[in-house]
Amino acid sequence: MSPETSAPPSFDIDELLTNRTTRVVVCCGAGGVGKTTTAAALALRAAEQGRSVVVLTIDPARRLAQSMGLRELTNHPRRVTPTKEIDLAGGAMHAMMLDMRRTFDEMVQAHASPQRAAQIMANPFYQAISSSFSGTQEYMAMEKLGQLVSVDQWDLIVVDTPPSRSALDFLDAPQRLSSFLDGRMIRLLSAPARAGSWGVRRLVGASFGLFSRAISTILGGQMLADASAFVQAFDTMFGGFRERATATYELLRAPGTAFVVVATPEADAVREAVYFVDRLATESMPLAGLVLNRTHPVLANLPAARAETVAETLQRSGNAPLAAAVLRLHADRVALAGRERRLLARFRRAHPAVAVVTVPALAVDVHDLPALRQIGCLLANRNTPPGIDSLSQIQD
Amino acid sequence: MAPAWEHGDALTSRNRRARRITLADMWSDELVRARLHVVTGKGGTGKTTVAAALAVALATGGRKTLLVEVEGRQGIAHVFDVPPLPYEERRIAVAPGGGEVRALAVDAEEALLEYFALFYNLGFAGRTLRRMGAIEFATTLAPGLRDVLLTGKVKEATMRARDGIHSYDAVVLDAPPTGRVVKFLDVTRAMADLAKVGPIHSQSKGVVRLLHSADTAVHVVTLLEDLPVAETLETVAELDRADLRPGAVLINRARPSRLPERWATTGTDPAGSTNGQVDADRVRAGLLAAGLDLDSAVVNGLVTETVEHAMRVHAERQARARLADAGMPLIELPDLTDIGGDGVDLGGIYELSDVLREQGVR
Ligand SMILES: Nc1ncnc2c1ncn2[C@@H]1O[C@H](COP(=O)(O)OP(=O)(O)OP(=O)(O)O)[C@@H](O)[C@H]1O
Ligand SMILES: Nc1ncnc2c1ncn2[C@@H]1O[C@H](COP(=O)(O)OP(=O)(O)OP(=O)(O)O)[C@@H](O)[C@H]1O
Ligand SMILES: [Mg+2]
Ligand SMILES: [Mg+2]
Repeated sequence: MSPETSAPPSFDIDELLTNRTTRVVVCCGAGGVGKTTTAAALALRAAEQGRSVVVLTIDPARRLAQSMGLRELTNHPRRVTPTKEIDLAGGAMHAMMLDMRRTFDEMVQAHASPQRAAQIMANPFYQAISSSFSGTQEYMAMEKLGQLVSVDQWDLIVVDTPPSRSALDFLDAPQRLSSFLDGRMIRLLSAPARAGSWGVRRLVGASFGLFSRAISTILGGQMLADASAFVQAFDTMFGGFRERATATYELLRAPGTAFVVVATPEADAVREAVYFVDRLATESMPLAGLVLNRTHPVLANLPAARAETVAETLQRSGNAPLAAAVLRLHADRVALAGRERRLLARFRRAHPAVAVVTVPALAVDVHDLPALRQIGCLLANRNTPPGIDSLSQIQD
Repeated sequence: MAPAWEHGDALTSRNRRARRITLADMWSDELVRARLHVVTGKGGTGKTTVAAALAVALATGGRKTLLVEVEGRQGIAHVFDVPPLPYEERRIAVAPGGGEVRALAVDAEEALLEYFALFYNLGFAGRTLRRMGAIEFATTLAPGLRDVLLTGKVKEATMRARDGIHSYDAVVLDAPPTGRVVKFLDVTRAMADLAKVGPIHSQSKGVVRLLHSADTAVHVVTLLEDLPVAETLETVAELDRADLRPGAVLINRARPSRLPERWATTGTDPAGSTNGQVDADRVRAGLLAAGLDLDSAVVNGLVTETVEHAMRVHAERQARARLADAGMPLIELPDLTDIGGDGVDLGGIYELSDVLREQGVR
């Protein structure tokens, strides 16, 4: 951890969390890398440092949710009661689990008259997109973030992002949903004669009519009718809807926002992280750093070759099977750590200026507050239990 | 290798718990008879890799298989290290003994255009509509439509025959992940959203027949970790409920246990394990008994590494036991990272294919 100029920057999580100008932290990354875990651990650590924080989790593992006192989808934050050993020292932690259907409903209610809102919500087409359209979850996560910011009740908001193969979906999906909802295509298909957009008609000529007839023979008239009724009812509020989404997107560029990119030391996850960091740069969105999660650092300073040789000798003599096994598994671990280091190096070559912190894999899944706290310590590179301290030195 | 497991007939839930079979029998007669092998699993567990290895294994000995992907991700091209696949069956690999593997990346939009060309005489205007996003729109409006188009194409390839001889001995489908696969295969439900007449509707009846018949088996790829195992068990139950036929569970990336059996099972109770007292003392004693001249920091480090390893082995053993309870054939594939560096290369696919053959896949 020597602050040499040539050394790659290390990621100072505590600086990020305690800095009062940090208002929103967004955890992104490929599927299954530890976004939810990291978000919860960051929130807990921020609360321990005295901040009043809320964490918006998305699809957390059941046991992790329970450990934060969440038993069902809760669209409004609940206060987390810390266990004995955790001292929130004046800070407070709230947590919630995104309920995307309810968030969508509330958004409709906020933008339309009660009568019209009821009409929209009863529409089967609305029910389909609000619960299963790919991209709805991302859109609603953004919407909820916007709400949490505007309520202005917390001084730090930590946001988890939806499970998805690609981290980029978080940025792209809302746009996809939004252009789907703007209804141009629905109008064309459901009433091509009236839509009168001869720009399009000129392009494809008579085949558009044919196309829309083909589509309606396949989809059935009812679906298009529902879609069309939905668009008509939705039309008036669409402007407000889109404005809002744009505003939230802008929020991601605002000065108080910081992205934390999470990856595991696997080729695919690191590649995703590289893409995502590129994208943040293109969008001028502020990146705080990379969390390389679930690493397997070497804990004993013993070269693999020596371990192998001794294991070999022991095995031949046949009287120390356990010691031989221990040395073999140590050699495996050295090899694994070496691969992980090479993957990290790959990321660093692509983005030499990005701050990185590595978080070793705990031996068990992270689903209670003490484990979250431990992840928090590892993230901050501080107060780690004995044994783990020594290994981070060997690793670098 | 893993301990002996309880196994039974692969395909009927009632019989599954019944008998114990040996390693080479893991691939039951029902699975040998299946012609469409659907491969699912939690995201990132190795569906594409395992599907590729399975396609090679099934083509071994002069047979011909088709490997199909449906999610527009070009995963097959990536695994075989070739340029992106077109919507066209292409020879992609040879199998030992003169076999051949072809590959196809099915694209829902292309499939829809194919329909339009066939039934509505829509010609080249279809391309323009596609550029406008009209096709994507239609398949978004009715997600069921997309699935029906994709499974329709898979069925067509599986059933295609000339002079009573099937074009492919087997078709392997790199399917959507566990969370979506049952919905994907539940064509009957998807059709409920669509018009009750028309060419797609009539074709879908044949698709339903194939997917629910003994010709189809749905294999689940998993890792020996909590979440993938839980999803595997849920999916098997869901498949049973939907009257689809679970095939084998393919445990991917299995790693060897370095510890002698009796050491690995003690002192690894997750609750008290972080300090690993029991194991730690034994390991220390073992190292000392071997007369190694190691300083205490190194010994401590080795002890911690060993405790972690033991905990992992223990957790994996429990995961395997939970999978065995589902009563499906379990097939185990080694983690190849140790050999290749990162990820699985083409040589790795052949290696995994050999391992599949050793466990009875044919
Ligand atoms: N450092 C760690 N050590 C051990 N286990 C970890 C660690 N980080 C995460 N995990 C475990 O990995 C699993 C996946 O983590 P998590 O749910 O946070 O990932 P995610 O990125 O949110 O996944 P998804 O994309 O599905 O939302 C969980 O079981 C979690 O407990
Ligand atoms: N047996 C194995 N040994 C080592 N690495 C493996 C093995 N199987 C798969 N992998 C690696 O794991 C990663 C994920 O594999 P793969 O792409 O096949 O998974 P997938 O389930 O198809 O993922 P997705 O859900 O993204 O489609 C790849 O980098 C692959 O090379
Ligand atoms: Mg998550
Ligand atoms: Mg895949």
